[in-house]
Amino acid sequence: MGWKFTNTAFNDLFAGLTEDYIILAPKRFVNRGRFSDTDLIRYDEVKKSDDIIWKEKSTFSPKEAVFPVTQTLFYFTEEAFREPQPEEKQYLVFLRPCDINGIRRPDTINLKNGPEPDSYYANLRKRVRFVMIECTESFDNCFCVSMKSNITSDYDMAVRLTDDKVLLEIKNDDFLRYIRSDIPKIEFRPEFVLENKIKVNVPEVDEMPAGVYEHEMWNEYKSRCIACGRCNTTCVTCTCHTTNDIFYDDNSLAGERRRTWASCHVDGFTDMAGGISFRKDNGSRMRFKVLHKIYDYRKRFGEHMCVGCGRCDDNCPEYISYSGCINTLNKVIRETVS
Amino acid sequence: MNKNPLIPKPHKIIGINRETDLESTFRIEMDTAPVMGQFYMVSIPRIGEMPISISGIGQGWIDMTIRNVGKVSQAVHFLDMESTLFLRGPYGNGFCLEEFKGQHLVIAAGGSGIAPVRPIVEYYYNNQHEIDKLDLLFGFKTPDAIMFGKDIKRWKERFKTILTVDDACGIWDGECVGLITGYVKDIKLSEYDRMDVIIIGPPVMIKFTAAEFIKRGVSEERIIVSMERRMSCGLGKCGHCKIGEHYICLDGPVFRYNDAFKMID
Ligand code: SF4
Ligand code: SF4
Ligand code: FES
Repeated sequence: MGWKFTNTAFNDLFAGLTEDYIILAPKRFVNRGRFSDTDLIRYDEVKKSDDIIWKEKSTFSPKEAVFPVTQTLFYFTEEAFREPQPEEKQYLVFLRPCDINGIRRPDTINLKNGPEPDSYYANLRKRVRFVMIECTESFDNCFCVSMKSNITSDYDMAVRLTDDKVLLEIKNDDFLRYIRSDIPKIEFRPEFVLENKIKVNVPEVDEMPAGVYEHEMWNEYKSRCIACGRCNTTCVTCTCHTTNDIFYDDNSLAGERRRTWASCHVDGFTDMAGGISFRKDNGSRMRFKVLHKIYDYRKRFGEHMCVGCGRCDDNCPEYISYSGCINTLNKVIRETVS
Repeated sequence: MNKNPLIPKPHKIIGINRETDLESTFRIEMDTAPVMGQFYMVSIPRIGEMPISISGIGQGWIDMTIRNVGKVSQAVHFLDMESTLFLRGPYGNGFCLEEFKGQHLVIAAGGSGIAPVRPIVEYYYNNQHEIDKLDLLFGFKTPDAIMFGKDIKRWKERFKTILTVDDACGIWDGECVGLITGYVKDIKLSEYDRMDVIIIGPPVMIKFTAAEFIKRGVSEERIIVSMERRMSCGLGKCGHCKIGEHYICLDGPVFRYNDAFKMID
């Protein structure tokens, strides 16, 4: 079912929604971007539709909404552990189809990998609802079509923004009560991007030829990649994290155990106590990430990890092209196999 | 009790035995028995967590041999008897002793890799009839690094035991100089499917020792290794231990070598 809003009426809808939900959407932070004079667009709380950046791709993904950068697991007092008070807040996240498909990956890792779901993730995730922002024209570096993540039906509402009106589809009836009776009903189904400028040939091999791991194609990244980890932090599908303890300055007997996003490109990711570490050069870290995104993950879970949002390419300070790397890899595999 | 698997439980230290300058074995009260080869996440609140494998299992206790090389392990070495360690686990798969029934088993361990095999040797020391034969091959860097010396002496009475030290000779009865790999040839092999080989140690040691056994005709499926990697969650979530499609904390740390050798970090 669909509704047609004027811009003013749509802002009014937000007033109603914010009574029950914290709305998270892409917001602009002027001059805070990666390069000088660029803005940073990241997910943050919005109160009205006008605060949302509709026409640009966000620098950071909406992953933060379900998987906070830092999260307290529990507090220590002398000898007792105390979990943080369970939160009750409901979240409504505005995001694009690739990101909706993207969040399925953190869902899989946190809820399905291992003996039991992660309770912190599960608790937050069940309070998050999705509003899909219709995406019909792709941005720079997007290759969602190649990754088959351009289409989704996994949302509660979907929205199309034009210059003078907003069209809304509601799939989850819980949201019907926010629609004023004077808002005109229409037929509306969102459309999807069906082609990107960038096309990626994802290798669909069952076994990665052994030669690929040692191939010289990775050497390029040894010096080019500076191990900053931006490709990981902006990626909607990266879920790695590290658990650390801290104690408070004013009372060293009290503290907390928390986990924080980690990055497989950054030094120390594989370090074990005693000095052994793996993937010391940045070329093998690139190889590890790329193969995880388009090979390892699929072997374990049946779909590729990468959804082709292109944020890693948008944000790499060394202008490393991950999509280009996959295409090279595909060629290398074809040569190795034949 | 708390069901959150990330919250560790307190366990009392009921024994401390210094093995080397760096390593001590902590005996910890434990009412449930883990599988040999599994590990626990051991922590001291406000300092941190680390994965530690089990180096002994008994009635109401487990042993953990901890090397004093990091922030957390250093703190553990300051603990006294009766202090509390916090544990969650056990995690990972372990060794399936059922598979070794009636077999000729060879155990090759390098350095602190001897810790996770100690319960296996101890088990067969007490249940010798369950296997056809057990051969032991232990390698240490220096005489000072030899761990479980008393145990090894005792095991030697029942099993063929070769102890090597990389660069010294004559300090310890019956020891040989050089790397373990040079002594693989001294093990008399049995028929293909009558024997299993367990190899545990640093990554290079595993690789070269396995290569020696394979060269002598032991097939990759008969070799079992245990892999050590950085671990943070132990539950398949944090990604630190991942190699290829495998999570060492879930699918390992124990692997058959025909799977393990394909896993490239
Ligand atoms: S790997 Fe790059 S393109 Fe793929 S989902 Fe992550 S950021 Fe997007
Ligand atoms: S690939 Fe680029 S963004 Fe990623 S760690 Fe290397 S330099 Fe940083
Ligand atoms: S230790 Fe965290 S995924 Fe294995």
